[in-house]
Amino acid sequence: MNTYAIWAIYRHEMARAFRTTLQSLIAPVITTSLYFVVFGGAIGSRIAEVEGVSYASFIVPGLIMLTVLTQSVTNAAFGIFFPKFIGSIYEYLTAPISFYELVIGFVGAAATKSFLIGLIILATATLFVDVSVAHPAAMVLLLLVTCIVFALFGFIIGIWSKNFEQLQLVPLLIITPLVFLGGSFYSVSMLPDTWQTVTLFNPVVYLVSAFRWSFFGAADVNLAFSLAMIGLFAAVCLAIIGWMFRTGYRLRA
Amino acid sequence: MDTILSVEGLGKTYASGHTALESVSLDIKRGEILALLGPNGAGKTTLISVICGLVTPTAGRVTVDGADIVQDYRRARSLIGLVPQEVVLEPFEKVANDVAFSRGLYGKRTDPAFMEKLLRTLSLWDKRDAPILTLSGGMKRRVLIAKALAHEPRILFLDEPTAGVDVELRKEMWETVAELKRQGVTIILTTHYIEEAEAIADRIGIISGGELLLVEEKAALMARMGRRQLTLTLAEPVARLPASLAPYDLALEDEGRSLVWSEGGDVMAGDVLAAVAKAGLSVRDVATHQRSLEEIFVALVAEDGQARKNREAA
Repeated sequence: MNTYAIWAIYRHEMARAFRTTLQSLIAPVITTSLYFVVFGGAIGSRIAEVEGVSYASFIVPGLIMLTVLTQSVTNAAFGIFFPKFIGSIYEYLTAPISFYELVIGFVGAAATKSFLIGLIILATATLFVDVSVAHPAAMVLLLLVTCIVFALFGFIIGIWSKNFEQLQLVPLLIITPLVFLGGSFYSVSMLPDTWQTVTLFNPVVYLVSAFRWSFFGAADVNLAFSLAMIGLFAAVCLAIIGWMFRTGYRLRA
Repeated sequence: MDTILSVEGLGKTYASGHTALESVSLDIKRGEILALLGPNGAGKTTLISVICGLVTPTAGRVTVDGADIVQDYRRARSLIGLVPQEVVLEPFEKVANDVAFSRGLYGKRTDPAFMEKLLRTLSLWDKRDAPILTLSGGMKRRVLIAKALAHEPRILFLDEPTAGVDVELRKEMWETVAELKRQGVTIILTTHYIEEAEAIADRIGIISGGELLLVEEKAALMARMGRRQLTLTLAEPVARLPASLAPYDLALEDEGRSLVWSEGGDVMAGDVLAAVAKAGLSVRDVATHQRSLEEIFVALVAEDGQARKNREAA
C-alpha cells in the first residue's frame, strides 16, 4: 500500500479547504445560524414540542445532516472533478497508486472536512438551543459514517461529471430535496399515512432518524433497519467505484 | 544493447473505432535521448500516454526495466516521469508544496536536500513559496519538469516540451535536457520541431499514421539520407544534357539553366566539375546543399502517406 501517496492526496485536498476557509468552514456556520433564527426562534416558538423535545432542539440533528450530506457530496465531487477539469489528473493516473488509494485520499479528505463542519454546526447550535446528546459515541460514529458514505457518493459524481453543471446537478436536484423531505425539520410520524409510505423510499430518512436517535433516544424508524439501509447504500457506492476502477470509466481512455 | 524500456507490438484502437497506434515496437537504450517526430495526430502522444498509464493499450505490451506496465505497474511507473504537453497545474498551490506533493504520490518520503537541489537546477528555488499562478509561462513549464523529476525517475518523457515557447526558453530547455542526460536519465521527447530533434537527440524515431516508420541513430540517418547535392548554375541554358555527362547522376533543372548532382557512389564533386568543364559548359555559380533532417522527415512522411493511399485504393 502506498501510504505516502494517500497522505499526499489527503494533505493536498485539506490544504485546498484551508485556502478557502471562508467558503469551506465559515459559510456553513452562518447558514446554520440563520436556520436556527428562522426555524428555531421565529417559527419554532409557535410550535409545540415534538416527541417531547422543543422544536428548536428537535431540528438540530436534521440541520447537521442537511449540511453534512451536502458538504460531503460537494467536497468529494469537486475534489476529484477539479484535477480532471484543469488536466492535472494525469499525475494521479501515472503515479504508482491504485484506485483504492486514490479513493481513500480523496474521500478521506472530503469526509474529514464535512465531519469538522458537522462538529462546528453542533457547537454553533449550542449557542442557540439546549442540546443534549443521549448517545455521544453513537452520534460521533453515525456522523463519521455518514460523512464517509456520502463522500463516496460524491466521488462517483465527480468522476461522472463532464462539466460544472453536472457537478452541481446532483447536490441541487437530488441531495437537497431528499434531505428536506427526509425528516430534517419534522418527524415522519407527523406526515399523512400515504406520505409516510413514500418517505420510506428516501434513504436520508434512515440517516436522520438514526442520528436523531443518538441525540434524543427516540427514532422514527427502527434503528437496526436504519443501519442496514446505510450499509446498503455504502455497498452500492463501493460497487460502483469498483466498477469504475476496472473499466477506467471517464478516467482512462 | 542495454534496454531500459521495451515496447512490443503496441496497438491502441479507441472506443470510437479510431486506431491511434498500429503494432509499434521499440527498444529504448539506457541513458539515451530519443526524439519521436511526427505530424499532428501521428500517435506520438498516444504512445507516451500508453507507456505512462494514461491510456489502456488494446494490443501488445510494454516493460520498463523488466517491469510490465500493467501487471507490475507500481514498479514500472515509479521509474517514469512525465512532463505533459499542456501546462496543467493547480494555480493556487505553492511551487515547493506542489513538487513535494508529486514526490508523495510516488510513495517517497520528503527529502529537503534533494528538493533544494532539484529546484536550484531548474532555477525555481527563489520562487519556491510563490503560488503557481504568479509564475511566468517558462517557469510554469519548469515546475512541470520539477514535478516529473520529484521522485527521481530513470526515464523522463517530455511531450512537446517547447511547443509555443520562445527561442530563448527553448535553448534553456535543451540545456536542461542535456544536464539530465549527464545525470544518467533516459529521455524520450516528442516534438514537431525538427530543429529540436537535430539539436539534442541521439536517436530519431519517426511516427506517421500510428506506425513507427523508422528508428535510427541521428548521425547514421543523416549520413544515409542526408545526401549532399551540388547545383551548378550555367552561364548559358542548354536544351539537353551533353552525352559525355550521361555517366554522372545529373539532372537538368530550371529550364536548362542549372545542373543538379546528387552525391553517391565513388564519384567526387571534383570529377563532376571537371566533366562539366570538359563538356564545354561554362558555370556561373556553384552551390552545395545537404538534405536536412526536415527534408528527410517530410519525404518519409509523404512517402508513407502515398503508400497508405495506394493501399486504400487497392
